[in-house]
Amino acid sequence: MFPVQSLLISVGAITALSTFLAVIMVIADATIANYGEVKITVNKDKEFTVKGGSPLLSTLMSENIFIPSACGGRGSCGLCRVKVLEGAGQYLPTELPWISDEEKAENIRLSCQIKVKNDISIEIPEELFNVKQYTSRVTRLRDLTYDIKEVTLELIEPGEIDLRAGSFIQFQVPEYELTDEPVYRAYSVSSNPKDNKKVEIEVRLVPNGICTTYIHNYLKEGDEVIFNGPYGEFYLRDTERDVICIAGGSGMAPIKAILLDMAEKGISRKTRYFFGARSTRDLFLLEEMNELEKVLPDFKFIPALSEPAAEDKWKGETGLITDVVARNLESGDNVEAYLCGSPGMIDACVKVLTGNGIPEELIYYDKFA
Amino acid sequence: MESSLFPVAVFFAAIFTNNILLTNYLGMCSFLSVSRELKTSLGLGAAVIFVMAFTTLLNWLVYNYILIPLELEYLRFIVFIVVIAAFVQIVEMIIERVSEGLYAALGIFLPLITVNCAILGVSLFMVIRNYGLLSSFLFGLGSGIGWTLAILAMAGIRQKLNIARVPKGLEGAGITLIITGMMALAFMGFSGMINIS
Repeated sequence: MFPVQSLLISVGAITALSTFLAVIMVIADATIANYGEVKITVNKDKEFTVKGGSPLLSTLMSENIFIPSACGGRGSCGLCRVKVLEGAGQYLPTELPWISDEEKAENIRLSCQIKVKNDISIEIPEELFNVKQYTSRVTRLRDLTYDIKEVTLELIEPGEIDLRAGSFIQFQVPEYELTDEPVYRAYSVSSNPKDNKKVEIEVRLVPNGICTTYIHNYLKEGDEVIFNGPYGEFYLRDTERDVICIAGGSGMAPIKAILLDMAEKGISRKTRYFFGARSTRDLFLLEEMNELEKVLPDFKFIPALSEPAAEDKWKGETGLITDVVARNLESGDNVEAYLCGSPGMIDACVKVLTGNGIPEELIYYDKFA
Repeated sequence: MESSLFPVAVFFAAIFTNNILLTNYLGMCSFLSVSRELKTSLGLGAAVIFVMAFTTLLNWLVYNYILIPLELEYLRFIVFIVVIAAFVQIVEMIIERVSEGLYAALGIFLPLITVNCAILGVSLFMVIRNYGLLSSFLFGLGSGIGWTLAILAMAGIRQKLNIARVPKGLEGAGITLIITGMMALAFMGFSGMINIS
């Protein structure tokens, strides 16, 4: 047999077989896997008609409802939990590792694993309607201290973000040396919410941290960044009480946004902001805080150093942030507190505050995990 | 030339003496990753049995009625893989449509085993060993059962391992591979009975 002939036969045979299988697959997809149009009811009041057969997570995304997810629908992060009222069928083995017994009793499901095959009714937090995925450009990278960077992201698409002071976004780290899949990390927004065409975040370098290393050592001005948000329940409650803010390190971010928002809205509540740092090289944004002291009628920024270096010639508050707070707290009556920082700092501060008569339910915090 | 071995002997040999996992070390990937729990292992095992039996059957037909007449035996690798992939995907679609319970118990594992090398391995052994139609089907079925037996044994052991004190460096895959080796030694005890390789 001539090589040409055997070439034709093999190519022909493979083509015929592949075509045959492809035709079968197309027919199967159009018949067996075709679930027609189905209805998704969200929070009992919104209805969407969608094409059935796809996972709930991506179906919701096509309707611009963005459920937080870090792994992109592979069932390996367990974040995309959604409460399903009816229409999801039984639990799949791929969901079970992520769902506790209590969540099971409440019908919490992994939205990337369950498929929309019939009408389905789900319940999601109202704030998720406002969550979107944004593409943005890094317009400024600024060193706030030796280990904290401020990143300014100018929105490209969508061009505006509607957020509440104190909320956070999820920053997408693309594949690079330290990760072979995109990962998301949460950062509080530090910019004024009124400035809705950009967001600023503050990132402290964590040794070997996937996202912080990326932002500190790889990210450049002009780079494109994808993030989603906003999320979070950390915001200034609308009351007449005095405000105490306590933060450490990059915990500055949401507090700064809340203060800028107060200035914007002309809120004149008595406000004290305790900021804990080790020495002066850990202090930052002092000018901005000074500015706020001038704009806000009753605001004081109180930085406290736990280990001031001799050359610092520090004249301000010294000691652990908890001691400084205890020393400066006049009374716990009519006070609410906003805390942002490491879990250790927050737990210690909550103890001091409750010890001084501030009820626990008036202490709001954002813990870095 | 067709193998002269009695098909039933092939079936039992595939389960015990020539266990695809313990003597050929094929299909290790899902064996290691899904053997944490008895129940999921059983689901995966059932899927493997089903897919192995029927893809071997299909591939036998394709090989003997298409590839041999056209003298295209050397294309078997590509063809077998394509046939397996298409078969698994269609079966998954059907199961998802007709039975929710079956999908949760078995269908969900199907995409996992499309690329399981044991499935392709069984089809290739069938060619090397010249099995007839019935022998091939029983070989596929037996290999699936043998694989399931191995993963079930491993899942049972691993559930006990959860409460055992394993040296730090051996936790997870390390101790699992050592145990697999010991199981393979144990299965060698059957080797005098029948030999098909």
